[in-house]
Amino acid sequence: MTAAKEKSALLVKDHDVVVPGEVLAQGMEYLPSQGTYRKDENIYANQTGLLIVEGKVLKTIPLASAYLPKKYDVIIGRVQDILMTGWRIDTNSPYSAVLPLKDATFDYIKKGADLTAFFNIDEYVVCKIFQVTSQNLVDVSMKGPGLRKLQGGRIIKVNAAKVPRLIGKRGSMVMMIKSATGIQLIVGQNGIVWLNGDPEQEVLAIEAIRKIEEEAHVPGLTERMKKWLEKKTGKKIEIQEMPEEESYDHRPPRRDGPRRDGPRRDGPRRDSYRGPRRDGPSGPRRDGPRRGPPRR
Amino acid sequence: MAYKKRHDGRKPAETRKIIAKAGVIPKADGSGYFKIGDTEAYAAVYGPHEFHPRNKHDPKRGTLRCTYNMMPFSGQGNRVRPGPSRRSKEISLVMENALRPVTDLSDCPNAVVDVFIELPQTDAGSRCAAISAASIAMADAGIKMRDMVAAVAVGMVDGLPVVDLDYEEEAWKTGDVADIPVAMIPSTGEITLLQMDGHASTAELKKALEQAKPAFQQIAEAQRAAIKARYAEAAKKVKE
Repeated sequence: MTAAKEKSALLVKDHDVVVPGEVLAQGMEYLPSQGTYRKDENIYANQTGLLIVEGKVLKTIPLASAYLPKKYDVIIGRVQDILMTGWRIDTNSPYSAVLPLKDATFDYIKKGADLTAFFNIDEYVVCKIFQVTSQNLVDVSMKGPGLRKLQGGRIIKVNAAKVPRLIGKRGSMVMMIKSATGIQLIVGQNGIVWLNGDPEQEVLAIEAIRKIEEEAHVPGLTERMKKWLEKKTGKKIEIQEMPEEESYDHRPPRRDGPRRDGPRRDGPRRDSYRGPRRDGPSGPRRDGPRRGPPRR
Repeated sequence: MAYKKRHDGRKPAETRKIIAKAGVIPKADGSGYFKIGDTEAYAAVYGPHEFHPRNKHDPKRGTLRCTYNMMPFSGQGNRVRPGPSRRSKEISLVMENALRPVTDLSDCPNAVVDVFIELPQTDAGSRCAAISAASIAMADAGIKMRDMVAAVAVGMVDGLPVVDLDYEEEAWKTGDVADIPVAMIPSTGEITLLQMDGHASTAELKKALEQAKPAFQQIAEAQRAAIKARYAEAAKKVKE
C-alpha cells in the first residue's frame, strides 16, 4: 500500500488542456471523475478539456461539446413544427423537444383552436426543460418566470461548452455585457443567444461573445473582458451578480443525498400509484374462478 | 536483388514528415488535418445530430458515420472519378470500425456523429492518414473517446520490412510488396484496423508491426500536440 502511495504522481498541472488518451496521473492515490478514467494504475483523459484538480480528484471541463438536454435547463428553442396538442421545439441538440399545450400558456385554448396564434413555426421561445427520458425524449414548459416568446432581435449560436463561461459566476458576465452595451441579452443553456437593442451595440456584444468563446480556457477572463468592454464603450463597468429572479440557476434547492451527475437523471419512478397493496393479510390470490359478491 | 536502402533515403522504421493540426475548419464542430509526406487529409466532425433515416437508429448508443473521399485531382496524375466508389465505401466502413472502439457515444442514443474526410493529395497511406485526421477532429469536437487512434502503413518491400510506404514503394516493380495499413490505440497497443495487400509471412508481419511501434507513438504525440497547439494559440494571443 505504502509502495503504491509513494509512486503516485500527477503528470499534468491544474488548468492544463488535456486530450483523450493522455496520462494524467500514475498510481492509485488520485481518483478519476468526469472526463477521466482509470486503466490499471494510470488515470487517462476521456475528452478534450481543461483539467481541474480538486484535492485527489481529477476532472475535466470540456472545451467543446454538443448540447445534450438536461432537466431544469432554460434554453432558447425554435418552433419546428405544430403538433396535434402542442409544438415541436428544435433545441439545438440531436433531440427535439415537445411543448405540450397545458405547459405552454395560462390562457384557455379551445378545442381545435389555431395553435399558430400562440407560437408559429420559426419563432423562438425561452423555455425550460422539465423532463428528459433515458432515450433523450424532451418535454419543455413555458410556465415560469422569464419564459416567453422572443420578438425581434437576433439569434446567434455559441458552443454549448462555453455557455457557463458566457454566463459567468452568478450571471456576472451576462450582466457585464448588458450594462456595457445596454441591450437585452438572453443566453440559453443550449448555446443559443438572443440579443435585442441598438444594432451597433448588438454587433459589439456579438464581438464580445466571440471573444469569450475563443478565450474561455485562459484564466482571468472576467477581468480581461471588463477591460476590453471598458475600452470599447468608454464606460466604467462594475462586475455585479445577477438578481435572484432572473438568475440562471433554475434548479430546485438541493435535497439531502448524493448529487447525481450526467445526462440521465430519473430512473423508474417509484411514486406512481398502483392501487391498494395486494400482499396484505388476505394472503396470495388463489387461482380458480373469481368469487362473486357476498350473498345477502 | 533485394531492397536494401529505401529510395528516398529513409531508415526502414522512419515515417515521412508529419504535420498535424486541429481546428482547421471553423464552421465544423471539430476538425483535423493530418499530412504525412505527400498524403494529406482533412477531417470535419459534425454532431452528434439528428439521425436520418430513422430505421438506422441505434437506441443504445450514438452512431459513428465516416465518409472518406479522395478529391478528383488527388491521385498520381490520373483523375480520380468523383463520388462514392466501391473503394471509398469500403474505406469509410473500415474507418468506422477502426474509430468506434475508442469512442463512447452512450450519451446520445439515436443520434449520429458525422465524420467527413477529404484528401486533396495522396501518395499512398491515405486511409491511415484519414484515420489519424479523423481522430484529431473527433477529439477537437469534444466527443468522448478513451484515446486517439493512430494509423500508419507497415509492409515488406522486396524483403525489407518498412514503415509508412509511399506510392513508389507500394507499387515497387522489381519485387514483392506487402502493404499493411494498421490503426492502433496507442495507450493500450490494441489494433483496430489491419488490412493487407500482397503477401507476408506471420514472422514478417510480426517484425513489421514491432518495428512500427515508435511510429505509432510519434503519430499519437503529433495528434495530441495538434489539439494543445490550438488552445495554446488563443492563450498566446491573450498575452500579447
